[in-house]
Amino acid sequence: MKRDIFQAIADPTRRAILVLIATQALTPNALANQFDISRQAVSKHIKILNECELLEQEKVGREIYYELKIDKMKEVDQWLEQFRKIWEKRFDQLDELLTTLKSENDES
Amino acid sequence: MKANPKFNFLVNKEKNTLSIEKNFNAPQDMVWRTWTEPELLDKWWAPKPWKSVTKSMDFKEGGKRLYAMVGPNGEEHWAFADYTSINPKDSFCYSDGFCDSDGNRTESLPDSFWTVKFSEADGITKVHVEIRHKSLEDLEKIIEMGFKEGFTACIEQLDKMLHNFK
Repeated sequence: MKRDIFQAIADPTRRAILVLIATQALTPNALANQFDISRQAVSKHIKILNECELLEQEKVGREIYYELKIDKMKEVDQWLEQFRKIWEKRFDQLDELLTTLKSENDES
Repeated sequence: MKANPKFNFLVNKEKNTLSIEKNFNAPQDMVWRTWTEPELLDKWWAPKPWKSVTKSMDFKEGGKRLYAMVGPNGEEHWAFADYTSINPKDSFCYSDGFCDSDGNRTESLPDSFWTVKFSEADGITKVHVEIRHKSLEDLEKIIEMGFKEGFTACIEQLDKMLHNFK
């Protein structure tokens, strides 16, 4: 099952995992050591992040290393950028309205 | 040419807030009117081609605005604002939520809590909007909603992006 990427980053533990693997590739064990929660809980979070295609996996010998898929995170930024544009557009319209109101005031 | 390029948009994921700040080249009382009088508010609130339609608005503490965002194909998203505090010309707060056309709440999307502040210097009015949500997940749902409303004009792009997110 594929998941919503925003569901993935809504959880604080998952955000912490993303921060950790953004700088270095880590094994599930190394990741679990960073948290007070159980290994099972950590692997559940990894599973969700994986389903969101936020993780890059690399096998070195017997170990699996996880790394952040940077492209996917860029999409999140892009999405916020779209929302920012709505406000920009809205405010452009307000700018226009205020210009109209001011000229009406000047005439009267 | 834009008269006032200053425009800040910040997402604070720790506090689950969005902060939006913009300067307008108009006196404070005029800017205040554009946010608090339904006829004026409807003229700019919806990013084109969407339209903002206010069905009722009682701008006072404890009062309510019932409005719809109407899309280019006639689709309607109804929402309400409950005004919780008003300091004329300076600030007002409200909680915003989704509902049906009669104002009955629908729980499909979360509430948000808005604070809008106005201040004037040298004929320029600064508007600061803070939108707070109960959780980051709520914030993200709202952003997604805004995204959908605003960009039906670029429907292909939207489809593509939503597809990428699934």
